[in-house]
Amino acid sequence: MSDTNGSGGLRLKTGLAEMLKGGVIMDVTDAAQATVAEKAGATSVMALERVPAQIRAEGGVARMASPRRIREIMAAVSIPVMAKVRIGHFAEAQILEALGVDYVDESEVLTPADEEHHVDKHAFKVPFVCGARNLGEALRRIAEGAAMIRTKGEAGTGDVVHAVKHIRQIVHEMKLLTILREDELMAKAKEWGAPFELVRLVARDGKLPVPNFSAGGIATPADAALVMQLGAEAVFVGSGIFMKDKATPLDLANPQERDEAERRARAIVKATTHFDDPKILLEASEELTGTMKGVSVATLAPEQMLQTRGW
Amino acid sequence: MKIGVLAIQGDFDAHRRRLEQLGAEVVLVKKPEQLDAVDGLIIPGGESTTFLKFLEKGGFLEKLREFVRAKPAFGTCAGAILLASQVEDPPQTSLAALDISVRRNAYGRQLESFIGEGETQLPGGPLEMVFIRAPRIERVGAAVEVLAREKNDPVLVRQGKIMAATFHPELSEDTRVHAEFLKLVRNGQ
Repeated sequence: MSDTNGSGGLRLKTGLAEMLKGGVIMDVTDAAQATVAEKAGATSVMALERVPAQIRAEGGVARMASPRRIREIMAAVSIPVMAKVRIGHFAEAQILEALGVDYVDESEVLTPADEEHHVDKHAFKVPFVCGARNLGEALRRIAEGAAMIRTKGEAGTGDVVHAVKHIRQIVHEMKLLTILREDELMAKAKEWGAPFELVRLVARDGKLPVPNFSAGGIATPADAALVMQLGAEAVFVGSGIFMKDKATPLDLANPQERDEAERRARAIVKATTHFDDPKILLEASEELTGTMKGVSVATLAPEQMLQTRGW
Repeated sequence: MKIGVLAIQGDFDAHRRRLEQLGAEVVLVKKPEQLDAVDGLIIPGGESTTFLKFLEKGGFLEKLREFVRAKPAFGTCAGAILLASQVEDPPQTSLAALDISVRRNAYGRQLESFIGEGETQLPGGPLEMVFIRAPRIERVGAAVEVLAREKNDPVLVRQGKIMAATFHPELSEDTRVHAEFLKLVRNGQ
């Protein structure tokens, strides 16, 4: 059997992320949405009490979803199920591990539980994914034991602008490291607050030691193709599939709205696989009957931004 | 010798790297017509339900069935599920190229994923095996050769030109399993 903390443990954790590459992980709030996601070809679902657009619109404290809700979703689909914990809330993570979810997302979308510390992810057997806006942040999370990184973007907006900003930033910084001298790497490690050994590893390989996915505002097939072409290895789609208005999900009991959700989900899956084939991207885009309304990131006040949570 | 790797989704890049390390030329296959240009095919790990969504459209599944009847193919994990003649949990469509029954996620969820070691018919001693939410082969047909076991479970099997592993040799350093498949492709030409 593998050990939890050693290299065997990390290989199993990143191994599952390897299996999710090239696919779409969809936010869902109940078993009905999870079933739509799986039928559309999602590789995994993220079980939530409210999707980011609802959290943004309704406010309040956003916490780990109720175990009962997550259990229903786990029972409804055969694909891996992820769930979110608040930043630093290792007790929520312990509960999710006991529940048996396949991945834990220590997420800025939920209200942070700790202003200074992230979860020590090495202490868990369940793998973790964490958000990052730049390479330094990504490497800090990896040093804590994250087995997958996703760009933060700005969740719940349907505006892809910061998902683009963050994937470009991380890819740019990885490229930069590959051309620096050894003595310059330590200066970068200091500047970025990143562990030196991980900086050296990225400088050698030109990529993160764990899979690098994209999230935060991806709402259309074209958005998915954009971040994939910029270097993301898979995409998370949050509010873009099941949301109608800011805080109203599509009603899956209504055939027309169900059809719209199914079309959106299928189209994004198709676009993520064929991200570099404009003809198929056109087909995928034409299959849509609507998209989430969304909110422009540029109109958000600094305190409304989720991406600045965590460090 | 050109080897296709089905690249709808999953760890196709890990297979590509391994095959290139062994000197093969690799084509990432996303569309059915690309199968015409390859001598053998690897179906990687990933989500078999996602693979099927793509295969069930545009004649991809029929084209693939035709391919695996004529040419060598090797599936790992989700790929093994696609090649099996019977799939449980839930029952789903497959290529039925290999006379085995598999049960999806039979070892459990991610927390039950493990790295094991098992005896193999391949020369060179025991084989490291990375199992991730792995399926279990519950029945092997009379014509199916078991090339490796983990405890009592058959985990690497071959029937004619078709190979399947319920683990991920592409995630281990050991190159023997892929080398064995390349031998099969070479002999098939």
